[in-house]
Amino acid sequence: MARAVTPRRKALTTLAAWAVGLLIFFPILWTILTSFKTEAQAISDPPVFLFFDWTLENYSVVQERSDYLRFLWNSVILAGGSTILGIIVAVPAAWAMAFVPSHRTKDILLWMLSTKMLPAVGVLYPMYLIFIQMGLLDTRIGLTLVLMLVNLPIIVWMLYTYFREIPGEILDAARMDGATLRDEIVHVLTPMAIPGIASTILLNVILAWNEAFWTLNLTAAKAAPLTAFIASYSSPEGLFYAKLSAASTMAIAPILILGWFSQKQLVRGLTFGAVK
Amino acid sequence: MYLTNARRAATAIALVWGAAASAETITIATVNNGDMIRMQGLTADFTEQNPDIELEWVTLEENVLRQRVTQDIASNGGQFDVMTIGTYEVPIWAKNDWLVSLNDLPEEYDAEDLLPAIRDGLTVDGELYAAPFYGESSMVMYRTDLMEEAGMEMPEAPTWEFIEEAAAAMTDKDNEVYGICLRGKAGWGENMAFLTAMSNSFGARWFDMDWQPQFDSEAWATTLDTYLRLMNEYGPPGASNNGFNENLSLFQQGKCGMWIDATVAASFVTNPDDSTVADSVGFALAPDAGLGKRSNWLWAWTLAIPAGTDSEEAAKKFVQWATSKGYTELVAEEEGWANVPPGTRTSLYENQEYLDAAPFAQKTLESIQAADPTNPSVDEVPYTGVQFVAIPEFAGIGTLAGQEFSAALAGQQSAEEALEKAQALTADEMEAAGY
Repeated sequence: MARAVTPRRKALTTLAAWAVGLLIFFPILWTILTSFKTEAQAISDPPVFLFFDWTLENYSVVQERSDYLRFLWNSVILAGGSTILGIIVAVPAAWAMAFVPSHRTKDILLWMLSTKMLPAVGVLYPMYLIFIQMGLLDTRIGLTLVLMLVNLPIIVWMLYTYFREIPGEILDAARMDGATLRDEIVHVLTPMAIPGIASTILLNVILAWNEAFWTLNLTAAKAAPLTAFIASYSSPEGLFYAKLSAASTMAIAPILILGWFSQKQLVRGLTFGAVK
Repeated sequence: MYLTNARRAATAIALVWGAAASAETITIATVNNGDMIRMQGLTADFTEQNPDIELEWVTLEENVLRQRVTQDIASNGGQFDVMTIGTYEVPIWAKNDWLVSLNDLPEEYDAEDLLPAIRDGLTVDGELYAAPFYGESSMVMYRTDLMEEAGMEMPEAPTWEFIEEAAAAMTDKDNEVYGICLRGKAGWGENMAFLTAMSNSFGARWFDMDWQPQFDSEAWATTLDTYLRLMNEYGPPGASNNGFNENLSLFQQGKCGMWIDATVAASFVTNPDDSTVADSVGFALAPDAGLGKRSNWLWAWTLAIPAGTDSEEAAKKFVQWATSKGYTELVAEEEGWANVPPGTRTSLYENQEYLDAAPFAQKTLESIQAADPTNPSVDEVPYTGVQFVAIPEFAGIGTLAGQEFSAALAGQQSAEEALEKAQALTADEMEAAGY
């Protein structure tokens, strides 16, 4: 039974939630506002919040200087490709770990997670050399593979936790009805785990979209995604804050819109698990 | 009829395909600054002259670019055919045989016209390894109105003593006007660029002729004391976080009486679109302490070709175009003389149109000429470089020492402690590097 909540308490909680939400969102809001200012307004002290002459000049300069669509397309391919590839590899792996665990499963899961604790720069040089040897530098296929591998531990972990919540009896029943392993995964397990898989996909698209270490280090002109697009507007000698903000806004807009439309799915997947 | 059309179409496709296949693409890695971006906008001129060469640009923030191109050249990655590198990298990379010599550029390029101070910094054993795209030094930029109010007059070549007096006279903290703004952010290219150049004027040096660090010298103590006194008494609050951009922003908003920094800033602070003090800025040479060396630095962004590129000839054509006299004229024609990349060619400073359009031109030239990368300080040194030491270890050591000095500016430790730590860490690093 739910605990009784007084209106006062509810109001306070709502207020606190809004405060935290705004605090987290503020840097993004500030970036978006700055993108509509002139360079002089962008650095003015005291800062101007809403009352300034709004201009689209930064967007037109950015658009003129850079091929935004090429960067965007690369981001879509890399984020989408690495997530799909990751799901294809991770679903069977998570199935095995959730339903036919061995006494080493926990260790393997922890080991997988531990690879995320290694600073990426520690393996940059070997990776770079491997990429040169295999002719993968500045290619979308190479970077898709890397992003898939970087995010794979998280995909497996998330799917594993969702699968664990699906009662094994349902799969037993399917087996008794003559379902093969493939049928079991494709027709029984996957549909039941759809909310979990969907939130895993969303989270990984966001992670891959925002990944800035490998995407900056392993690309040059051809496979560079939006992270490289933003980096091209940063400058230690010259004030380009408004243009940098415009570039950032253009880079985060697609993922922000995706997040907005899928927030229900994302929150449900992250907080409730698969079948609750 | 259909057959004829089909044949025509096939021929057209073959021609287009052939043209596309024969075009050579060169990838150029560059930094994000006004001059470089302007060049990207003018490349139609190059591709019209060289229809068989296509250009691809990779623009990155300076520090990211530096790491990215170093990684690529050290591993022979072959990602770039032309790289934008600074005067710090050129001698080191040339010694590693990482760069293509540019000694065979044609006579009309007129390499003799390059400013000697810049050209010398890019030449190793008589071979030119990079072509300067734009060059800069550092100088004093000051508010003429505040100077007048203070009843003082800035000499052409001020001393540190005068700078301190002027800073005291111009400071009005109640109205957020600070006498002097200097770099405080830690980094070999940030506060250490300024402090190393400043230390030269006080007779300090990084190493003696036996490569022993010299932070325990009297000259370094005087340098750091003067810097900290200036900044603590007359500088803006939170100066230990200020780099070029932060100071530029403060100066443009009228909050700095003086700012000693890169000559390239002159065109920003005098631009009325961005600067509230555009019409009251004066320029003077970087200060000295009467020891025969001024505290100005020398830097150039250059275009270099990595050894092992498959497109050496095309890359050379591009480098030649971008750093030629013809390019200067092209910029002047399209965007005006004030926007021409400064500091690389003697002929530019003999051009009256340029001198008329850029009021800071003469001071820029004098500042560049006053810097001597092969003999930067009062005493002899075993290294080249004015505001850096051209050895691979310097980027690391310079940044570590910079953190100590930045901490001293933030009041977290004394000048003596900072110098002691800088001495110890430099000695350790140099020993580890086998000096």
